[in-house]
Amino acid sequence: MALTMERLGVWIGAALTFAIYSFLYKDNPVYKIAEQIFVGISAGYWFIYTIFNILKPNLYTPLTSDFGNNTLLVLPAILGIFMLCRLVPKINWVSRYAISVVVGTTAGLALIRTLQSDVITQMSETIMNPFSGPNAAVILGKWILIIGTTTGIIYFFFSKKHTGAFGATAKLGIVFLMISFGAAFGYTVMARISLLIGRLQYLLGEWLGIIQP
Amino acid sequence: MSFFEKLMKIDRRIIFLLIFIGVAVPLIVALNFTLEITQPVRKVYSLVEDADDGAYILLSFDYGPSTKPEIQPMAIAVLKHAFERDYKVVCSALWPMGVLMCSEAIESVKEEYPNIEYGVDYVNLGYKAGGLVTINHMGKNMRETFPTDAANNPISEIPIMDNIKNLTNFDFIVGFSSGSPGLKQWVQVAHDAYGVPVAGGSTAVQVPSLSPYLNRENQLEGLLGGLKGAAEYEKLIASPGTAVKGMDAQSIAHLLIIIFITIGNIGYFVTGKYKQKRL
Amino acid sequence: MKRQFPLVITFVVGMLVIVSQFIPHQPFGHLSDTLESWFLIISGFAILLGQLNLLKVNIIKIHRKVRNWQYYIVCVVSFVVMITIGILWGTQDQPGLLGQGSALVSFFGRKPFDYIFKHFFENLSATMFSLLAFFMASASYRAFRARNLESSLLLISAVLVMLGRTTIGTWLTGWIPEDLTYLHIPQIANFIMKYLQKTGQRAIMICAGLGIVGSSLRIILGIERSYLGGK
Repeated sequence: MALTMERLGVWIGAALTFAIYSFLYKDNPVYKIAEQIFVGISAGYWFIYTIFNILKPNLYTPLTSDFGNNTLLVLPAILGIFMLCRLVPKINWVSRYAISVVVGTTAGLALIRTLQSDVITQMSETIMNPFSGPNAAVILGKWILIIGTTTGIIYFFFSKKHTGAFGATAKLGIVFLMISFGAAFGYTVMARISLLIGRLQYLLGEWLGIIQP
Repeated sequence: MSFFEKLMKIDRRIIFLLIFIGVAVPLIVALNFTLEITQPVRKVYSLVEDADDGAYILLSFDYGPSTKPEIQPMAIAVLKHAFERDYKVVCSALWPMGVLMCSEAIESVKEEYPNIEYGVDYVNLGYKAGGLVTINHMGKNMRETFPTDAANNPISEIPIMDNIKNLTNFDFIVGFSSGSPGLKQWVQVAHDAYGVPVAGGSTAVQVPSLSPYLNRENQLEGLLGGLKGAAEYEKLIASPGTAVKGMDAQSIAHLLIIIFITIGNIGYFVTGKYKQKRL
Repeated sequence: MKRQFPLVITFVVGMLVIVSQFIPHQPFGHLSDTLESWFLIISGFAILLGQLNLLKVNIIKIHRKVRNWQYYIVCVVSFVVMITIGILWGTQDQPGLLGQGSALVSFFGRKPFDYIFKHFFENLSATMFSLLAFFMASASYRAFRARNLESSLLLISAVLVMLGRTTIGTWLTGWIPEDLTYLHIPQIANFIMKYLQKTGQRAIMICAGLGIVGSSLRIILGIERSYLGGK
């Protein structure tokens, strides 16, 4: 029976794939139904996994098995319930206490980590000797990294009008940014095509059996 | 109406059909194009290959089925490489769907490595929310973040976790990421705050934004970018899988899109539309 | 009390986390450690809030019979079914209220929750995102134009990366002699990725990073309060 159900599952998967692809022809009820199934199942999955993987092992089990050593966990439990009060208009203001803990923690940590990883380290990585390198390509690359990053940052500085020498530098920054966006576009195409390949591997392999899955 | 004017007004569904055929045909008829290995992929391979015997590694499954075709082949390839080298593999997930992605990846590897034992050679710790903050907490106290594995077994009863107190007990971390939280957060915390080597695999979309981390400081040791990165890794470990099989289709689809861009631009200039825009 | 106290909490918590990064000793280290474990639990509730809010919004839409309201019934039913089978028979790794559901496992080949995930969700999710491949192809044909210098650079860079990052690049320029490898398309793509595109991404990363630092400071200092909602 399990094999039959597995095969049925593959057919369901293929049917749902075509239901979504029917949108390529035009918007239609079959697509809308598939879309809503997707949203509903996705939300249900998150809900269950949050309970089984977070609230049960990190809150419920410690509180029920060893309350004495985990008394403090009552506080995040209360804050969590406050968070859910967001759904009740009359008392939704209590959720602000929980939100402020989450936002404060994230802001504090993001500030330090971003400053170190994305600002200071990136700046120090741009400061290099542009005259040394094993070959001409590396030396050219170093010059590009220094000039491109600096002019790119200047482009994003909007507190000063982009005119004169400053404007010309910002314009050079745009050139490097455009090349970056081009590469990003190339990679985005690659990503989307990969997903289509995955779908067709499923349809041609698992469903039709034309190719080896 | 000239030929190019007609071409410019072509129904978009014809383009959809062409791209569908362009991807489907090379999947059925293999073209076997050659594949070049790039440096970021080679560096991930070296990181995994050169670790000490019995190394403890953390694999983070931060993606879901939406990007499975790109990332699952990487995860499978790295798992195979790790089990080949007899490493101890600890899996976790910052995305809820990552838990089942991990289970599926391990299931597919088990056919090749039937002797790997749960709790001894590998463990699936399951999903935790919180991204950056949770990784930071793992850096201090892994057992408090993961008191149990995905199956609710206490961490103290899992042999592989005996030597793991925090992130610094891992030889390296490989994150498989399709967004946030993901590889960026692993770099920011695990490498930059705790000094643990971090490598990873990401969707092709993320590659440009992660590329600044590939630097002299090795914030990111190496990167498998999209299906191509996965295919390169499969080639390096001599175990071709779905990524290698998909590369012909990827190449033809790219060629098709370049042809679309070229025709679109020829039409743009031939039909004089570029003049209209400037007026 | 309703607005000022949360602002105080944000300030205290934010400062505590910042200080603990520089002074990881007691009491800061322990306090921030405790806060982080609380964060995980509260985040769990926040996720539940999101899903319950989705349910509430959909039920309101059905109740008010907004346009296409029938489709929202499908969403609610899918959500409720997923939760019900998850709670009753659990997931792949964990039992539910009714245990492991062995009879259902032998019928479906896996637990009902996992069956729906595998055959419904995986396919819907992967297909939904793969739709973008078609729209991207169409957009490339209709909108990707060399209108000026900037867009031409964007186009050239995109084409070189698309060729260089697939096997086509090797196929097209593989015949080029060794001493002219810099004309090899994969090599050009490598150069673009290693230097040219990295400059733009690094500039964006530094500027966005400064933006995050600024926003975080505004939040901690109570200047930015929109996250509290309301008036």
